[in-house]
Amino acid sequence: MKQKTKNLLISLGLLSPSIVLVGVFVYGFIARTVQISILDWNTFAKLLRAEKDYVGLKNYLNLFMDPRFQTDLWNTLFFTGFFIIGSLTIGILLSILLNDKPKGGYIFQNIYLFPMAISFVVTGTVWRWIFSPGTLPNNPYGINLLFEKLGLTSLQWSWFTSTESVFFFNIALIPVIIAAIWQFSGYTMAMWLAGLRGMDEQLIEAAKIDGATPWQIFRYILFPIQKPITLSAVIILAHVSLKAFALIYSMTGSGPNNVTDIPAVYMFEATFRSNRYSIGSSIAIILLILVGLLIIPYLVNSFREES
Amino acid sequence: MFAKMKSKKAIIYLVLILFALFFLLPMYVLIITSFKSFAEVSVKTMWDLPQQMSLNGFITALNKLAPNLLNSFYLVIPATLISAMLGSINGYVLSHWKFKGADTLFAVLLFGMFIPYQSVLFPLVRFLQTIGLYGSIPGLILVHIVYGIPITTLMFRNYYTEVPKALTEAAKVDGANIIGIYRHIFFPISIPSFVVVFIWQFTNIWNEFLFAVTVTSKPENQPITVALTNLAGSQVVEWNIQMSGAIITALPTLIVYIIFGRYFIEGLLSGSVKG
Repeated sequence: MKQKTKNLLISLGLLSPSIVLVGVFVYGFIARTVQISILDWNTFAKLLRAEKDYVGLKNYLNLFMDPRFQTDLWNTLFFTGFFIIGSLTIGILLSILLNDKPKGGYIFQNIYLFPMAISFVVTGTVWRWIFSPGTLPNNPYGINLLFEKLGLTSLQWSWFTSTESVFFFNIALIPVIIAAIWQFSGYTMAMWLAGLRGMDEQLIEAAKIDGATPWQIFRYILFPIQKPITLSAVIILAHVSLKAFALIYSMTGSGPNNVTDIPAVYMFEATFRSNRYSIGSSIAIILLILVGLLIIPYLVNSFREES
Repeated sequence: MFAKMKSKKAIIYLVLILFALFFLLPMYVLIITSFKSFAEVSVKTMWDLPQQMSLNGFITALNKLAPNLLNSFYLVIPATLISAMLGSINGYVLSHWKFKGADTLFAVLLFGMFIPYQSVLFPLVRFLQTIGLYGSIPGLILVHIVYGIPITTLMFRNYYTEVPKALTEAAKVDGANIIGIYRHIFFPISIPSFVVVFIWQFTNIWNEFLFAVTVTSKPENQPITVALTNLAGSQVVEWNIQMSGAIITALPTLIVYIIFGRYFIEGLLSGSVKG
């Protein structure tokens, strides 16, 4: 019994640095952000005075009536949706092609996956140069210039500088979504491929003998078996997109009329560029709630399966 | 039948090659632009190969970014080592010395990996200002150690869960204690796991931007990701310098990826909770 208590104390002792650090830096700071979000610290002078002038949910209400924040929410919705669909489709397609082990498959796999090793900042810098539209029609840059050379001038448009939108979807987001898909479809591919490699091949062989088409094999065998992996991928991709600050910041910034703005960029500018600390904190808490709605059910589910 | 198989193969390769071109397109632009001379960088010729190879872009970019490149190494090496060490100890205790509530504690720690860091950012900056670490590389090291704990703990816990409990039990019977069992059994067998975690943390911390841009303010203290956005954000800097800067920023993690690709993928896959 004494030994057991001793072991418990040593265990807790070994864990204590991490418990304290995570306790303060995660939970303590979140609590502090919540507190600031219900104060009225929206000038530097107020931050210095540090009065506890609680205003309830005023900052949140102001945000939801703020056209910029409304645009941000629409942008997040469309960005996340198209980014997930694109990364999943391309990733799954590539994994199935590579699962047949074509010659040179290893090289292809490495080409598709290398963007995962690169910073969003690098990606943003390069894709900004590629998608810079120039002035149309006489002086095209980037991909528009490439289209001109290929005789595809009908495909030219103003990319991330466009202020047009289709049912709240700012089409200026398209180049940003392409860049994000470029970076993350290799990830979906790797996850799917790992699953496919661990699968019982006899199952597929049997289906082939029974005359199943490739689509039927995908639809009724591969996809159902890979559902947990696909779900993990969706959660992780959604989580990435809610945090896609670095990509937007380095590629386009907020853009004209905030066409490529997202809450994370607004939060950064409100807090660190215009001293609206309470507004910035409110945005941060809204982001946290969005991520929480996504992650907590997933975590609970994973733990339940484990035990 | 044979002809059909052949055409099927051709289609597969066509698709694979088209996607490879898409994935390599930015690399093509990066590489050709960075090797162009100042006279040659014009948007009109951005898709053309350089007429003659010039290293001027690289030299200028390296001159501007060298201090930040060093900062990134000063940041990444200690942050990677310390966060991996903490993760290893946590993972060991949470898998082989489970006490009541150990799984809950693990979940509580793990949550830190999923939060959007915006939700801690402002108090974090204020805290670093209070303890005098704001704006410095040591401050950023601390930040990356702390927010690295959840993922490193997860990776090591997954790894140690595979180790049979009997091993710990046998060592206990022989009179070894928690720390001794870790030092003499678990630490030595977890070298492969350390490699995976090192590569994962190295890549992530090197590439990280949000903490870097908010925690460091003076240009001479910034890691390379922040310096690159400053370089690229100024209109006067020529594209060949920007692209050279982007290559310099990407090169260390790309080299790690090329050499340790297998471990990188392993880390990538263990990032999802069940691993």
